Amino acid sequence: MAETLLFNALREAIDEEMGRDDTVFVLGEDVGVYGGSYKVTKDLYEKYGELRVLDTPIAENSFTGMAVGAAMTGLRPIIEGMNMGFLLLAFNQIANNAGMLRYTSGGNYKIPMVIRGPGGVGRQLGAEHSQRLEAYFQAVPGLKIVACSTPYNAKGLLKAAIRDNNPVLFFEHVLLYNLKEDLPNHEYVVPLDQAEIVRSGKDVTLLTYSRMRHHVMQAVKGLEKKGIDPEVIDLISLKPLDFETIGASIQKTHRVIIVEECMKTGGIGAEIIASINDRYFDELDAPVVRLSSQDIPTPYNGKLETLTIVQPKQIEAAVENMVALKV
Amino acid sequence: MVQERTLPPSQAPTVPISPEQGLMLYEDMILGRSFEDKCAEMYYRGKMFGFVHLYNGQEAVSTGVIKSLRADDYVCSTYRDHVHALSAGVPANNVMAELFGKETGCSRGRGGSMHLFSSEHNLLGGFAFIGEGIPVALGAAFQSRYRKDALGDPTADQVTACFFGDGTSNNGQFFECLNMAALWKLPILFVVENNKWAIGMAHERATSQPEIYKKASVFGMPGVEVDGMDVMAVRAVAQEAVARARAGAGPTLIECLTYRFRGHSLADPDELRSKAEKEAWLARDPIKRFEAYLLKHNLTDEATLKAMRDRIQTSIDDALTFAEDSPEPSPDDLRKYIFAED
Repeated sequence: MAETLLFNALREAIDEEMGRDDTVFVLGEDVGVYGGSYKVTKDLYEKYGELRVLDTPIAENSFTGMAVGAAMTGLRPIIEGMNMGFLLLAFNQIANNAGMLRYTSGGNYKIPMVIRGPGGVGRQLGAEHSQRLEAYFQAVPGLKIVACSTPYNAKGLLKAAIRDNNPVLFFEHVLLYNLKEDLPNHEYVVPLDQAEIVRSGKDVTLLTYSRMRHHVMQAVKGLEKKGIDPEVIDLISLKPLDFETIGASIQKTHRVIIVEECMKTGGIGAEIIASINDRYFDELDAPVVRLSSQDIPTPYNGKLETLTIVQPKQIEAAVENMVALKV
Repeated sequence: MVQERTLPPSQAPTVPISPEQGLMLYEDMILGRSFEDKCAEMYYRGKMFGFVHLYNGQEAVSTGVIKSLRADDYVCSTYRDHVHALSAGVPANNVMAELFGKETGCSRGRGGSMHLFSSEHNLLGGFAFIGEGIPVALGAAFQSRYRKDALGDPTADQVTACFFGDGTSNNGQFFECLNMAALWKLPILFVVENNKWAIGMAHERATSQPEIYKKASVFGMPGVEVDGMDVMAVRAVAQEAVARARAGAGPTLIECLTYRFRGHSLADPDELRSKAEKEAWLARDPIKRFEAYLLKHNLTDEATLKAMRDRIQTSIDDALTFAEDSPEPSPDDLRKYIFAED
């Protein structure tokens, strides 16, 4: 076991996969000589050379399309979005080409590529650098969307994403890069399509992902003291959703609270609620509650920013309320 | 008198061709023209749907460039892609079947006119939005260089030909990709088919520098203008650019001055282009011009050309029959191909 920071776990994943498969390469802004804005590709330029760790000009739409073309012709690109928000500039290539081309080509081409980088609300980075693109991209057919949350799952999921033959949007969180965890010395891969049961419980199901997992776990500490026994599920895969795990939990607790960092309107939670209503309406003892970020551009002011995203105390209160209504 | 931007014939460099090569080029151009005429007929008879953009008039570009490539080179097209696909070797049967939405179509009926693909023929698409094919083509070219220089595969000398129009040359992806291609010396040909009109937007009204080939100089890249109605001239510049690319000397921007003989799509009323302009370009029909070239240089005779036209017409009729008789995709396969299954 070796204590590893999350950004280094990602780096190890990329290094291992590049060593294992010479068609894997990294491209993006400052991934090479600079080592990545969060050091996820540190020293890989020296190790693998300028073509396999390709510093691109600031041209998100074009280098994303270039990765699609490289993937179509047999390479396995990993795009680093210096900040995932910048990939709004590559929306067309991600949606029309990465997402839909396999289908529109009638299966002629595969697009094995990973688009990864820091998303989420950081510390006073301002609205444009505090995006949660997972909600914007979830409607695009053909994309897999994954969010990591710990050094362990970050490494194993990224390795799985690189090996996947489909385009994977891989969300890291700007505030989680320095999380530490002991990682196994042996190689491991974490499946992309399985949610993680973080805490088993019986009273209520908390569905969450990315940094909100840690807010939820803070709330759980308070809830445990009050004798409440929540089940916490880290969704991991935001598309497709793992309804096997979600459904089993609902059948146990009959209550669901979604805690997400994306905005409420058109968010991941909105889709989950709709799907739960489709599949498990009869299992529910209470309406599904979602705790989401405010529908506003993330303000710079620190106090306002804190009010914009869900805080552990709000989660605690929401769970208490729901459990108090228990029939 | 309409002043058209054309090049005098004497300026067009040519390399001698054999009778076989001459007939091969002629066949490809006739195939393109006959195929598109049949599409128009089917569209107007209500048998073909969607937006259909025909290539009539521009055949010298597709033939001149793509027939200068090897079979393992890559071709990237736009929404006006039928003839590029045919030149790249996708059988007319499978292109026609795609336009009929059939399972035997090159995109298995899922793509349609603007989304023709064939991995077998290294046809990268079929891109319906302006400019989005350019980065994809760049990726294929990068892949060749990657295999050659990062993986040490000496056989990885494939070249990519990327086609787009004058309208696209005002789009950011054009400039971004020219920059990267020159920066990394990628084996790619940027082929601009300047047909003067982006639907209803005249080229001169859309750009501050109408001579697109000059935009290459900013990137230190060779830029060439060529008479896009002269297959021999296009072929000559394409061969030179392909040789450069294959040798690792990097990209070339080729501006082909051409014209579409039909509207932007079959849904376009085509009201803005003047009669005089159309007539001036119709008089420069690339197929008639090449026929005259072949006959003048005694590379063939009229009877051979007629026999070829008849044979191509028969093959187009066969393609139509094939398309009409082919099965539709199964409703059970509605969700197939969203993800790679393996």
